[in-house]
Amino acid sequence: MNEISISEDTIKNIVEKYHGEKTALISILQDVQKEYSFLPKDALSLLSEEMEIPFSRVYEVSTFYNSFSLVPRGRHVIEVCAGTACHVKGGPKLRSRLEAELSIECGETTEDRMFTLEEVRCLGCCSLAPVVKVDSDIYAYLEEDKIPGILENYREERRQSGEN
Amino acid sequence: MARINNLQDLNKRREQGIASLFPSKIKVMVGEATCGLATGAGLVHNALAEEIEKQKLDIILSKTGCIGMCYREPLVDVMEPNRPRLTYSRLTPKNVPAFLNQILEGNHKSKKPYCRIDEDILIINGETKRYLNGDLPDDLAAIPLMSDIDFYEKQFKIATRNCGYIDPDNIDEYIARGGYFTLHKALSTMQTEEIIKAGLRGRGGGGFPTGYKWQSCREAHGEVKYVICNGDEGDPGAYMDRSVMEGDPHSVIEGMIIGAYAIGAHEGYIYVRDEYPFAVNALSLAISQARECGLLGENILDSGFSFDIQIGKGAGAFVCGESTALMASLEGRAGEPRAKYVHTVEHGLKDRPTNLNNVETWANVPVIVGRGSEWFSEIGIENNAGTKVFSLVGNIRNVGLIEVPMGITLQEIIYNIGGGIPKGKQFKAVQTGGPSGGCIPKEMLDLPVSFDELSKAGSMMGSGGMIVMDETSCMVDVARYFLEFLEGESCGKCVPCREGVRRMRQILDDICAGRGREGDVELLESMSEAIKDGSLCALGGSAPNPVLSTIKSFRDEYNAHIQDKKCPAGVCTELIHSD
Repeated sequence: MNEISISEDTIKNIVEKYHGEKTALISILQDVQKEYSFLPKDALSLLSEEMEIPFSRVYEVSTFYNSFSLVPRGRHVIEVCAGTACHVKGGPKLRSRLEAELSIECGETTEDRMFTLEEVRCLGCCSLAPVVKVDSDIYAYLEEDKIPGILENYREERRQSGEN
Repeated sequence: MARINNLQDLNKRREQGIASLFPSKIKVMVGEATCGLATGAGLVHNALAEEIEKQKLDIILSKTGCIGMCYREPLVDVMEPNRPRLTYSRLTPKNVPAFLNQILEGNHKSKKPYCRIDEDILIINGETKRYLNGDLPDDLAAIPLMSDIDFYEKQFKIATRNCGYIDPDNIDEYIARGGYFTLHKALSTMQTEEIIKAGLRGRGGGGFPTGYKWQSCREAHGEVKYVICNGDEGDPGAYMDRSVMEGDPHSVIEGMIIGAYAIGAHEGYIYVRDEYPFAVNALSLAISQARECGLLGENILDSGFSFDIQIGKGAGAFVCGESTALMASLEGRAGEPRAKYVHTVEHGLKDRPTNLNNVETWANVPVIVGRGSEWFSEIGIENNAGTKVFSLVGNIRNVGLIEVPMGITLQEIIYNIGGGIPKGKQFKAVQTGGPSGGCIPKEMLDLPVSFDELSKAGSMMGSGGMIVMDETSCMVDVARYFLEFLEGESCGKCVPCREGVRRMRQILDDICAGRGREGDVELLESMSEAIKDGSLCALGGSAPNPVLSTIKSFRDEYNAHIQDKKCPAGVCTELIHSD
């Protein structure tokens, strides 16, 4: 279920954008992830061939960095900040509440592929602690009890867009 | 954008910038760094734009970076000819129509200004430009000067000099505040000796003398050399580099060009962490503007010197803040550090001589070179010249970004600038230095803040995170938190770091869950020594610090967990329920 069909042209174009430079591997992987929301295995094999980098190294880089995912992620990515300021101001409670509301653990995706819950080391918004980021929206001074409403807003948006 | 070739061109751009900074009509400026945007600055900006359009008002709408008063966000500044610059705080889109009306009518009916600025003194050349010409209007006499409010009184801004003053997207405004004039001067006279004499120490954490690093790199053999800006601000609780990259990207670029010229490098990289998308945008735009103006690229300022900068993006790895790991990452590899007996100034990026400094260090460079080493070395204290930017966060009243002279005490920072602990709670500790640092207890609040003093206290300067904790924080839990962080971020190369940190975290898990045993503290101490000795890079070498510093100052709290099975702060839930 983790495989989707990838477009060979798309991958080749991304590699071309960086002139096939081996040093650009991380940027290339970021672009591929932007395209598919995760790094499909076929895309990694193709990159390895196109860039003449051993697959083991492409895989090493893909798994070393936190921002890459080898499994599909949800429509919305929720990042709970685990920075020090957030930690002392109640970040762990937000994480537990999100896990409970979504019935998943941090690092997992809901069954309906709506949300992926992740922990991020520090968003650098320490003055607004505790902070949760959903896609590119940052929720500052977040209180636990506001979480259900926030999640509902994203679900509602989806319903209104007329898709299932 | 026209090319700038000489002093005359630069002065022309300066005039344009001054016209924009001191406009001949009303100008409203919204603070739109990440923290401002997160508290609704974008919505306020849109509401202002809409209302200005609707009412066909002759008002300039602009944006700026973070001036540091995060506890008052979102911030909006209003400038009018011959009136002080007024700062309004906590504006909402709903306030906007009434707010604009009061500006037009010249009263404070809907919103009182939080503070005012009468004159703008440029730190880079000492020049003064006045917002207010003539007498202060009566209605503003009761509004305090920004420099008089507790939060600012003890501050001294060098690295963050332009944040909150200029539109980061407008290169002319940067030039109007003295930017790129230092570069012009440096390209004819600059020597690395100036930076050595200034005594600038790297602001990224280690505090290595910047000038000596530059000199070693200049003297290293090799045709091709690189300069790198480390924008991988990974310490949790620190965000000053983000603020500078977002609010004043040209200061970093100018610093790098000056450094590259002194060293003899023609290529530079800025490595920015993945979590900072706005910083990447601001830097990208600034770099392309600098190229258009001939401040980057071939024959900079018609001097014959060529230099260009590329941005490299991180992908979420704390260890990449370590210089050799960062360089591995820039080469497209996993960010694993290597042994440093081969110095990066000789064999760095792509095995070539490389000079790496962090964002704050680079932002200091134009001012130091502009004002001279003597001026700079008089700020701060011996062996710790200059200022340091801190993010003052956690359980403190005035949360924000501050820049203070070295040598100021923690007491002054926390109680004068920070306004103390809110909600009637008691101060317990301040954590500095990120995961490599430690927790400083209240007995040590008299400590003057400097690289050396913080290290002596068992913590470190780090990149400048200062997280204030009150009685509701459990120090054992804080130690566990940092080990959990480091366990996840250890690259796994050295066994003592990879396995040792994990084992220490498990012991702390047990202590927090009421399963602590006699001898656990001693075991943690002896493991700490082994991890320090057996790790290659600073991540492992300093990983035990949060544990050692809390054991040193809060041994009672460890004992309460282990012997009495109690968490005095009431954080460790397993111990609360069993009580």
